[in-house]
Amino acid sequence: MIVLASLPGQFVDAIDFILHERESVSGGVQVGGLGEMADLTANHIAVSGVAIVAAVALSLPLGLLLGHTGRGEFLAISVSNVGRAVPSLVLLFFFLAYLGIGFVNVATVLFLLAIPPILTNTFVGVRQVDRDTVDAARGMGMSETQIVRRVELPLALPTIFTGIRLSAVAVLATATIAPLANVLTLGTPITEDQTYGAAGQLGAAILVATVTLGADGLLRLLQRAMTPRGLKLGADEGPPEKRKLTLPAMRRESTT
Amino acid sequence: MSEALFSAPPLAQVEIQERTGESCIANNGFCPDWIVDNFDRYVGPFFEHIYLTVVSVGIGFAIAFALALAAHRVRWTFGPISGVTQVLYTVPSLAAFFLLQPITGRGNLTAIVALVAYTLFIFFANISAGLQNVPGDVKDAGQGMGLTDRQLLWKVELPLALPEILAGLRIATTTTIGLATLAFFAGGDGLGRVLAEQPFFKSNVVIAGGLTVLLAAAFDLLILGVQRLAMPWRRAAIA
Repeated sequence: MIVLASLPGQFVDAIDFILHERESVSGGVQVGGLGEMADLTANHIAVSGVAIVAAVALSLPLGLLLGHTGRGEFLAISVSNVGRAVPSLVLLFFFLAYLGIGFVNVATVLFLLAIPPILTNTFVGVRQVDRDTVDAARGMGMSETQIVRRVELPLALPTIFTGIRLSAVAVLATATIAPLANVLTLGTPITEDQTYGAAGQLGAAILVATVTLGADGLLRLLQRAMTPRGLKLGADEGPPEKRKLTLPAMRRESTT
Repeated sequence: MSEALFSAPPLAQVEIQERTGESCIANNGFCPDWIVDNFDRYVGPFFEHIYLTVVSVGIGFAIAFALALAAHRVRWTFGPISGVTQVLYTVPSLAAFFLLQPITGRGNLTAIVALVAYTLFIFFANISAGLQNVPGDVKDAGQGMGLTDRQLLWKVELPLALPEILAGLRIATTTTIGLATLAFFAGGDGLGRVLAEQPFFKSNVVIAGGLTVLLAAAFDLLILGVQRLAMPWRRAAIA
């Protein structure tokens, strides 16, 4: 197997591309190296970060409001279905063809992509909060705002964070095709293979995967840090023990 | 690939005021005439797209189904399988296309492997959730009736897990249709390839993009229809 023999070599070459500058495939310019890859990574994270922060700023309050009042279920749920049906590439090309290229347009596309998972998960997370708990909070004299901020939001946090993670991963993945709209990201070596070559493509792919997994991991840590302690006790789900023939145990009806 | 991506813009520079068919194309506009004349260009890629999706979702489902049953039987495998599939799910497909190329080369194979890897977590999570949500009383009743483990699985647990399983199928299918538009990066086929050939030509973007969205909507409705047929007892609950 010649392919297998050359396999480590290609990955070593790709790592070398990330670490050391080299002349481009077409000649003339120097490409790769830590400097350029760090710049591209920073730009990649910048355009994604703007979109994610803006999407959270819009979707989180809206999801909390809709979830708290119980209105707009159709909107909150179907936005996700529609979001899934419209591929990121199609959305990007629609923007390219009708509005043109550039940072703002790409950030807008990423922003639109980031909304559905956060909005839907916030809505679902709030709706899943035990109604008895909310009633108890109301009975204790909490105002509606207090109920949202001190009861529903903390209890919905794990679900909300799952939505934010899904969004962040999707946005970081899609930022890879941003060079098609003239925004330099880690996708640049991938789309301009005549300049960057196979090593550049593979090197950039390695960085994209690393950045995405890293962002996912960071958000998991943040989620763990922000989740109320009481919730963590029941959080380690995993499948329940397999039940052998026993007397039926008392079972609490699940509320979800 | 990249030449095609960046060959279109010069056309946009040409300014022709008359709204004839020619100028519409020169302006990269939305031209019904051009679409009618060139629609056959999209038929092949459309079916390639379906092929990529169906094969990827089919293989992904088969693997994840086996994994979910394994995790259902042997409890401790749940965590590791869930973790590994989640990592595969998090790695962007676009990166996976290039990470796989040294191993599988350029072409549909690479695209399919990456898409399958992406669907595993969706299927595994949904099938596992479905099996876990089967009420213990129902299983007890089955065992009490003398069902073996295998009979219990196929006659009680899986039918009751069907809503979650089909929900997973819907998510995986629509997502795969979307991701398959990127298959051209892996040297694969599909509507993404024609889309990227003329990204600034509105007619092309609208038709290729529109077909992708339609395809996703059609598959979604199809699975929803299957769901209603397969689970007549849930019809009242859904409505």
